[in-house]
Amino acid sequence: MKIVNITINTLAKILPVSLLLAASYAHSVEFEAKGNVELQARVFVEDPLFPTQPDNNLSLATVPEFYWSWNDGDDLIEFVPSARIDQNDDERTHNDIRELAWIHASDNWETRIGIRRVFWGVTEFQHLVDIINQTDAVDDIDDEDKLGQPMINLSLVNDWGIVDFFVMPYFRERTFAGIEGRPMIPNINPDNALYESSDEDKHKDYAVRWSHSIDDYEVAVSLFKGTSRAPVLTFSPATLELSPFYFQIEQVGVELQANIEDLVWKLELINQDSAFDNFSAIQTGFEYSFYGVYDSNADLGLIMEYSWDERGEQASSNFQNDIFVGARLAMNDVDSSELLMGFGYDLDFGSNTFVVEASRRYGDNLKLSLDVRFFESDDVNDFLYFVRRDDHFQLTAQYYF
Amino acid sequence: MKYLKLTTLLFLLVGTNLQVNAENTEAANSAEDKGLQISKTSKEKNLGWQDTESEMEMILKNRHGETSNRQMRIKSLEQENDGDKSLTIFDSPRDVAGTAFLSFSHPTADDEQWLYLPQLKRVKRISSSNKSGSFMGSEFSFEDLTSFEVEKFTYKYIKDETVDGLDAFVVEQYPVDKYSGYTKRVVWIDKAEYRSLKIDFYDRKNTLLKTLTFKDYKQYIEKYWRAHTLEMINHQNGKSTVINWKNYKFQQGLDDSDFNKNALKRAR
Repeated sequence: MKIVNITINTLAKILPVSLLLAASYAHSVEFEAKGNVELQARVFVEDPLFPTQPDNNLSLATVPEFYWSWNDGDDLIEFVPSARIDQNDDERTHNDIRELAWIHASDNWETRIGIRRVFWGVTEFQHLVDIINQTDAVDDIDDEDKLGQPMINLSLVNDWGIVDFFVMPYFRERTFAGIEGRPMIPNINPDNALYESSDEDKHKDYAVRWSHSIDDYEVAVSLFKGTSRAPVLTFSPATLELSPFYFQIEQVGVELQANIEDLVWKLELINQDSAFDNFSAIQTGFEYSFYGVYDSNADLGLIMEYSWDERGEQASSNFQNDIFVGARLAMNDVDSSELLMGFGYDLDFGSNTFVVEASRRYGDNLKLSLDVRFFESDDVNDFLYFVRRDDHFQLTAQYYF
Repeated sequence: MKYLKLTTLLFLLVGTNLQVNAENTEAANSAEDKGLQISKTSKEKNLGWQDTESEMEMILKNRHGETSNRQMRIKSLEQENDGDKSLTIFDSPRDVAGTAFLSFSHPTADDEQWLYLPQLKRVKRISSSNKSGSFMGSEFSFEDLTSFEVEKFTYKYIKDETVDGLDAFVVEQYPVDKYSGYTKRVVWIDKAEYRSLKIDFYDRKNTLLKTLTFKDYKQYIEKYWRAHTLEMINHQNGKSTVINWKNYKFQQGLDDSDFNKNALKRAR
């Protein structure tokens, strides 16, 4: 309901202005529609931990995209809804507005008003600095899917870098898998969210980020003040349920990437301050690429990253002292065949994860992907312990139109 | 400034070479100088175009004759005393539609390149050392598609020859960059307009790898020649790629603000 409300409110605010503007340039409005439909199957290797969970699962999803641009492309309205129907999990059957925004560009500034997604960061295995959008954790577990965030964003282009200012008038709660979902955290009640701020989800959040390219280096520094996107799960003895608790934070983020010939160095660093804690965390590593291996067209990238969180085993994050190694093979063939293999090892809990992401295109419109995710954990204090029986193969067929 | 310094350096290198080969001074000097002069004239005749917008269709053909298409739009901006800036927007295959690529090329320093991935909303700085890699699975490599800069090669004039009835110079170009996939390129440049007509590419083992032919030249704003059909044949794997250029537009009033990371994210 909240999503629907905010959407209607935002629509009511954006549409009159947009329509007015659109009308005055009606003769030159360019419309474009595209998007994709996907069918996804998950096959689980082991019996589930909970009897409510399935052995395999089907789901159908679509993300259509609509664009209206005028004024030679300097004005743009983007509308990207998303919808998923899940065979078993009612929570995963959900829809969202990923984007519904009006973008206006001038020579050295740009405004972006509405619901949008914004990505910050440089590393691969964890997105530590990325904070503008809430994670759509029920859509997929890889932390790559984000809910649309209502915002007013002003972007200034200077010789010394791009500065972005954000005002976010409404907070989005994280999605969680339901009891028939797999993987899932048991006994969680996302409808009973708790907030530190009495403004709850109406708390206004602010952010600013400076980013710049200097020769072979990419640098960014960001400040965020507002509601933490990542909740702490609090246990209520009365209901025996876990409730997400969203608290107020101030976070400084630093991003650094250096492309030195075939080697890419990456660093993300945060310091987060709240009424409950002050800590720093780091995600850092490198990627080394071999181009045209064995006289072929294929490129092979070797990736190594390390995660550290000052709070150690008490960290709410799953990336407190972990090491990751991976290999990315891009065939550079007509079908864009790609393979990524990654192995993560938790140095504190001794648990590990193994992931494979393989994909290729068939013809002009169809793409097939296979994801393999294996988890191993035997420490009850480790978050991964909840998903230790959820090893699965995920096959996705996407049709792009 | 950088441009001038590096050109001076290039001359110094040629100068050193002359001293070493004292007995061949006259011949070597003239062949290398002439090769350089032809390539410089070719570049100079193409200066002042300011900016262009165009559409590119790539047809990839494998050795069984099966084809696959790629479509993209490209905006380019000329830079004074530096390589061009360009923004490429992909339209097909459909799964990469909306992906955009921003490139600042430099005559001798590393090119700067960023890729925008619309599904993740992520701008990725990518390494420009992958010069010899295939562009979109085609027979064109990244270095085949970057702008021609005099400083990227050393030169040697070989002979005169006729190509399709046009009198042409034959010039060998030796890449300066250690990441180049080639030991040399042999270029046929027509004497009347200094346009490239044909290029033979020799791989790192110095064997003939590919031949590129330029066809359907048209002249724009009474000065700039652009080939509208480029055919690259790979002699070693039997594959070929044809590029068709469409809707070339010159001097559309583009400036630096159309070629930054914000423009990359907004590109449609």
